[in-house]
Amino acid sequence: MSAEQDSSTESFESLEAHAYQLEVRQNLLLSTPALIVLFCAASGTLLIMLVFSFLTPGDYGGIKWQFSTEAWFQVAFYRDIFDETVSIADAHLSIFWRSVKLSFLTTLVAFVLGFPTAYFIATRSPETRNLWLFLVTIPFWTNLLIRTFAILEIIRNQGLVNTVLIALGVIDQPLDMLYTDIAILLGMTYVYIPLMILPIYASMERFDFQLVEAAYDLYATRWRVLVRVILPLVKPGVIAGSILVFVPSLGAYVTPRVLGGGKHLMIGNLIELQFGQGRNWPLGAALSLTLLVIVMVALIFYVRSAQKEGGAHGH
Amino acid sequence: MSDDVAVEARGVSKIFGASTDQEVRALDHVSVSIAQNEFFTLLGPSGCGKTTLLRLIAGFEHPTDGAILLEGKDISALPPFQRPVNTVFQNYALFPHMTVAQNIGFGLEMQGQSKDEVANTVGAMLVLVKMENLKNRRIDQISGGQQQRVALARALAPRPKVLLLDEPLSALDLKLRKEMQVELKRLQHETGITFIFVTHDQEEALTMSDRVAVMNEGRILQVGAPHEIYNRPHDRFVADFIGDTNFMPAEVIEHDESEVRIRLPSGIEITVPAPPGLPQGSEVTLAIRPEQARIVTDSDAISIQGSLTDEIYIGTDTQYRVDIGMTSPFVVRVQNANGERARIPLGSRVGIAVDPRTIQILQD
Repeated sequence: MSAEQDSSTESFESLEAHAYQLEVRQNLLLSTPALIVLFCAASGTLLIMLVFSFLTPGDYGGIKWQFSTEAWFQVAFYRDIFDETVSIADAHLSIFWRSVKLSFLTTLVAFVLGFPTAYFIATRSPETRNLWLFLVTIPFWTNLLIRTFAILEIIRNQGLVNTVLIALGVIDQPLDMLYTDIAILLGMTYVYIPLMILPIYASMERFDFQLVEAAYDLYATRWRVLVRVILPLVKPGVIAGSILVFVPSLGAYVTPRVLGGGKHLMIGNLIELQFGQGRNWPLGAALSLTLLVIVMVALIFYVRSAQKEGGAHGH
Repeated sequence: MSDDVAVEARGVSKIFGASTDQEVRALDHVSVSIAQNEFFTLLGPSGCGKTTLLRLIAGFEHPTDGAILLEGKDISALPPFQRPVNTVFQNYALFPHMTVAQNIGFGLEMQGQSKDEVANTVGAMLVLVKMENLKNRRIDQISGGQQQRVALARALAPRPKVLLLDEPLSALDLKLRKEMQVELKRLQHETGITFIFVTHDQEEALTMSDRVAVMNEGRILQVGAPHEIYNRPHDRFVADFIGDTNFMPAEVIEHDESEVRIRLPSGIEITVPAPPGLPQGSEVTLAIRPEQARIVTDSDAISIQGSLTDEIYIGTDTQYRVDIGMTSPFVVRVQNANGERARIPLGSRVGIAVDPRTIQILQD
């Protein structure tokens, strides 16, 4: 042991390795406060949820310290109160499905609107770019709830859109926009689109626009330049933007609550219900963890397929 | 006649930022025609409009006034992807997400050629630029010189009628640049494609080109073969920009069809070949190349006299700087015979002898 140490201390490489280890140890020490906060806030709460999901609901909310798998059973199945017959929990499944569908559509719409916006900003002169970025971030200054109610004011039956359309004589009956999936989609797209624009812009800022000229020069039409040159090279931004929009959309709570009314629940609302009126904390915990798993699986598939697509061009 | 013309610019002007207060006239009524299979160089300092002219031919910019003709057809309004003209960019602009072979094949693929056709042409191009064994490398895995070759192959692959090269050698080190100059000449010869080459390096322009256009401030000052440009510059800018030149004011005493008698500031009168249209008694500038003058120590045949201030040894040559009582010293370059050089003590009075036939008269 000691002989080995002697010989190794002589070599410069091991000295370097030692210095590296020391540096790692120092860095670890410096990041300890952050790691503690992260552990308590993220892992700690997750652990609590995991434990709660295997307990029995208390009579007036809360939990009883009694092991049970009933909550996990209830995520997917429904047990009749009277005759104990078991059936699939359609309500839960349709809410999960709606959440995934709306989040996917939100991501898609945010991309379709956000990509040209990011392109527009990235092709402005450096001074005006900052102004445009500033405008994109302005909505963040106002509370989400207030912005959501503002949308409600715009699209409700006596709201801005309908009033104007009726006054112009385009329609004679107000359009039913509020409390539909479309309303939720509109609201979520509005809320999350900056999270799509900013990462795509960050990718495009580093993009060499001379490549666009090179492709034009080599007989590529505008559409082909977009598909073959611009999109593959700003893909990291598109992936980041999609994740940043999809994940919070899936857990959205305020927007579907205000704009979807009571009829169009999303997972976030369902979970909230279990901790509130439902008085079923274990089920709420189990639903939360299910949501977490859905997000993780979706992300893994998305990133994998996006990378594979990039690899086909690259190798 | 027009069968032989590859590209023609007819009274082309380009104004950037028109109708704002920062209007920039990048090109001012430029007319030039470039022959088929010619190695044509646009030479000038940065901001002279050479790159703008190239971009107008490529289609990245459109002329404010005038027209660009390709083989006699007006292409001014066509977008770049409809012009049979390809560009080699200064920083190459290779697609970083594609391999060497995919880069070269991009233009062919966009033209709608079949996979086999693309593969065949790409193969031939890889041989042409000697990159066969690196065809599957990514762009960031090859050197600058190799990237240069890929950029050339990519632009040549679709067999354009004209190849535009925008200072393509400026990012390479000196040795590689010399190699690529020879390589470019070879490629132009083998492919038979018209090359329009943009550079600010006069040596590059002189060694590579069939014809050179010297540009300044949005105008073409002189077009001609390298030896014409070098030996018979039309104006002071061209003489100054191409090679080293001594300028000297002089006065025209009398002249006829072929010869002109002029008086130097020192009072000495000499007879030189006359340029056309020189008014009697006018002030002119003489341009004398350093290598066309000699240092003489004996007193006969002396045209100009001064005192030797500097002697600079530059390998093959020795440069002498002679103070002849003007703001800048007169420079004489003498070849070192047998590696030896004649030693003249600094500060001594010397004479400068010049063959009158090599003196160029410039009218300002």
